[in-house]
Amino acid sequence: MKVVIIGNGMVGFKCCEKLLHYLGDQVELIVFGEESRPAYDRVHLSDYFSHFNAEELELAPISWYQEKGITLHLGDPVVLINREEKNLVSHSGKETVYDFLVLATGSSAFVPPIPGTEKPGVFIYRTIEDLELIRDWSKKARSAAVLGGGLLGLEAGKALLDLGITNTHIIEFAPRLMPRQIDAAGSEMLSSHLEKLGLTIHTSKQTAAIEGEDQISGLRFQDDSRLQVDMLVISAGIKPRDELARLAGLELGHRGGILVNDLLQTSDPSIFAIGECALHNGMIYGLVAPGYDMADILASQLAGNNRHFTGFDMSTKLKLIGVDVASFGDPMLEGPDTRIIRVADSINGVYKRINLSADGKKLLGGVLVGDASSYNQLVQVCKGFMPLPEKPEELILGSKTGGSAAAGIAALAEDAIICSCEGISKKSIIDAVNQGNESFDSIKKCTGAGSGCGGCTPMVKDILQAELKAKGKLGKVVVCEHFGYSRQELFDIIKIKKLQSYDEVLDTAGKGDGCEICKPLVVSLLASIWNDMILKKGNDTAQDSNDRFLANIQKGGTYSVVPRIPGGEITPDKLLVIGSVAKKYGLYTKITGGQRIDLFGAHLDDLPFIWEELIEAGFESGHAYGKALRTVKSCVGSTWCRFGLHDSVSFAIRIEERYRGIRAPHKIKSAVSGCIRECAEAQSKDFGLIATEKGWNLFVAGNGGSKPQHAVLLASDIDEATCIKYIDRFLMFYIKTADPLTRTATWLNKLEGGLAYLKEVILEDSLGIADELEAEMQGLVDNYQCEWKEAINNPEIRKRFQHFVNAPGEKDPTVQFDPMRSQKRAMEWK
Amino acid sequence: MSNPTTTIQWMPACRVDDVPSNGGVCVKLEEEQIALYHFTRRGEWYATQNECPHRKQMALSRGLLGSQADEPKITCPFHKKSFSLRTGECLNGDECSLRTYPVKVEEAMVYIGLE
Repeated sequence: MKVVIIGNGMVGFKCCEKLLHYLGDQVELIVFGEESRPAYDRVHLSDYFSHFNAEELELAPISWYQEKGITLHLGDPVVLINREEKNLVSHSGKETVYDFLVLATGSSAFVPPIPGTEKPGVFIYRTIEDLELIRDWSKKARSAAVLGGGLLGLEAGKALLDLGITNTHIIEFAPRLMPRQIDAAGSEMLSSHLEKLGLTIHTSKQTAAIEGEDQISGLRFQDDSRLQVDMLVISAGIKPRDELARLAGLELGHRGGILVNDLLQTSDPSIFAIGECALHNGMIYGLVAPGYDMADILASQLAGNNRHFTGFDMSTKLKLIGVDVASFGDPMLEGPDTRIIRVADSINGVYKRINLSADGKKLLGGVLVGDASSYNQLVQVCKGFMPLPEKPEELILGSKTGGSAAAGIAALAEDAIICSCEGISKKSIIDAVNQGNESFDSIKKCTGAGSGCGGCTPMVKDILQAELKAKGKLGKVVVCEHFGYSRQELFDIIKIKKLQSYDEVLDTAGKGDGCEICKPLVVSLLASIWNDMILKKGNDTAQDSNDRFLANIQKGGTYSVVPRIPGGEITPDKLLVIGSVAKKYGLYTKITGGQRIDLFGAHLDDLPFIWEELIEAGFESGHAYGKALRTVKSCVGSTWCRFGLHDSVSFAIRIEERYRGIRAPHKIKSAVSGCIRECAEAQSKDFGLIATEKGWNLFVAGNGGSKPQHAVLLASDIDEATCIKYIDRFLMFYIKTADPLTRTATWLNKLEGGLAYLKEVILEDSLGIADELEAEMQGLVDNYQCEWKEAINNPEIRKRFQHFVNAPGEKDPTVQFDPMRSQKRAMEWK
Repeated sequence: MSNPTTTIQWMPACRVDDVPSNGGVCVKLEEEQIALYHFTRRGEWYATQNECPHRKQMALSRGLLGSQADEPKITCPFHKKSFSLRTGECLNGDECSLRTYPVKVEEAMVYIGLE
């Protein structure tokens, strides 16, 4: 069967993929594309401004088409279709016959009929070439406007800000932004986010003319107000590319678009139209997901299956300039048959709205701005795949009683669509798991789920987890394909069998050759149990990149260096040393969040020399690169502060020096505050101390990060010795039992029995292990050594700190820096 | 596709014991940076481009060696993308791939083959 596809955009490309999937070598594929490049990702078009690398956006390289046997004509639009002969002619004169013809000609930018759109400095926002023109013009522009406050217009606004035009305006004709997706209150919340970023928003503004002599100088509006700008980007909607269809005599809609039926057939049964050029049931679908769905249905049909396109749910979730915006179902539903629940939090910039049926039993649609974390769940409820909770307001207010995400997944119907970009149902994912795909990557490869926008990744992972659990494979979480044990079991095996190296552990308890998951985990366990130098031969190459070179790898392949500054206390002399080392090795310096100083941009070869000088001056490793104790932050304390109850700095130093270097499942942070004012923020740390009249309050299991959680009170009014005893027990219990890469807060959340159980174990010794935990911790404390001191003095270890094995001392010539605020920064990702 | 008529030019890279067990080093050959790996556990040598194609970082020689089923792989230290050492193919389903080079060992010297 010979199929010709006109159009090599995202949907045209998807159609190639799908035809090959359903028909294999039974189909001969010929593709004509108007642009000179193969299909690229237009959804992420704005990313082009961050790398200017067109290949990065390509959906597949030209070689892919060759490998698949597809004939691809680029830069050669079709100009004529002879329907009777079933052949067509391209611009360059190529003639081709077809059995079936697919029109995937997409759309072009809609340019409203305003005088002056032809002036230099006026652009559209559609192709890579448009972006290149915008970039070039922006170099001499100081102000800009975007015509259109829809999705693409706001993207364009962000792009202009990124190009350095801080005076950028968004002009929207409707009374609100994104009028198709969100309501007035949502638009207001979104506007306040955008204005904080520097965009100026004008709504209900109708542009009357574009002014300027040789080039654009400004806009004049219907109300006779004016805005001076150096450039204008028009993003006021799309117009289906139907001119070829019109020429061929195919039926079109009144306002454009190629008419198709549920089979996606045009008025000629051998010709189909898909994507943004197709008009189905009065709708032009301006998103990629429905286009992909059409491509799939069409290909499946040509393979003989009975499939129909019956419309597409336009629910969308996106991150606009860092702000979540989502709408689902019928977002703007109003009237006596609708009950609306709205939440607006102007402090955090969050707006949520759900529309319920009059009886409160059905979710009909809604809008989310600022926080769309409940989007997936809401869509599934809206589609009827999940039951509406008894108190529907909990959907947007959060449940008072709790309830896990896994329960949410279990409640999903099998035909619920999980990945809407690729149209993958829950059942397809379960089938993939049953076929032996037991990792997220493998499911992604098998089904395509998660390969589009990636928004469904957490749900796919939850389904995988639930399925594996149901099969009894996840009664425990095993480390990876090489170890059929949990982290806690491996801890016991290593300890009881006295294993010392990664290979010994793999030979004794694992299989295969290891990987990036189990290697760092096992060597971290070895360090937690024996506290040997982590770069001991055999374990060095199993350490994750930061531990392997005792520094944090940064953009461009240089490293950052953080000497330990216990409690944040430092002498003027030591400050001078940091300054002179930074100057000598050309390092960017910054104060960290943990009261120390980070030195960035060090070449691998320079690390041992930098540390030689730092150690000479009395510094030691700060373990910023390790899953280990980072800092113990402190406030000023009673030695200077008029409110201080105890000397928080001295206690912080004592604690930091006790637990420095100890390896754990994740990083550990701590803080000590000298009074109830809590200036050191001890309640946001893995363990924290706050002075009281009678002693110290000990808090545990807090963290900042992506999911902040306050620490909980473990013991109150205890003396310093008791603090240390309890912290010893707490940390060691955590180190022995937590899952990999789990902070103390998450660990406690998962711990059966919760805080009450933890108190029994730590304070009352209900398991009878307190002595053992303290002894193990004391063993680690006694065994401490500065890793960097060992690394610079041991020639075997030191010789690994070079970039070229055959050109020692020569630095990586690809490392480059850009100047910034009198210092330097790493070059942006290419 | 390799052209059968091109001859491989064997370039001396370093000595066997310059490369850590189950680890990699970066070799400078002419103006190219090549990552050379001694997968001691499997008794195998591999060489690939040193630049990770994902974010164009010169870092693969500092990555972690491992296997997926029986496929030997290298994992980039930056974002943990894994690539087959045999074919250079990305094992996380991405389109990017690595260039690979033949390796031979003679009298404790390691050689990398360039075309």
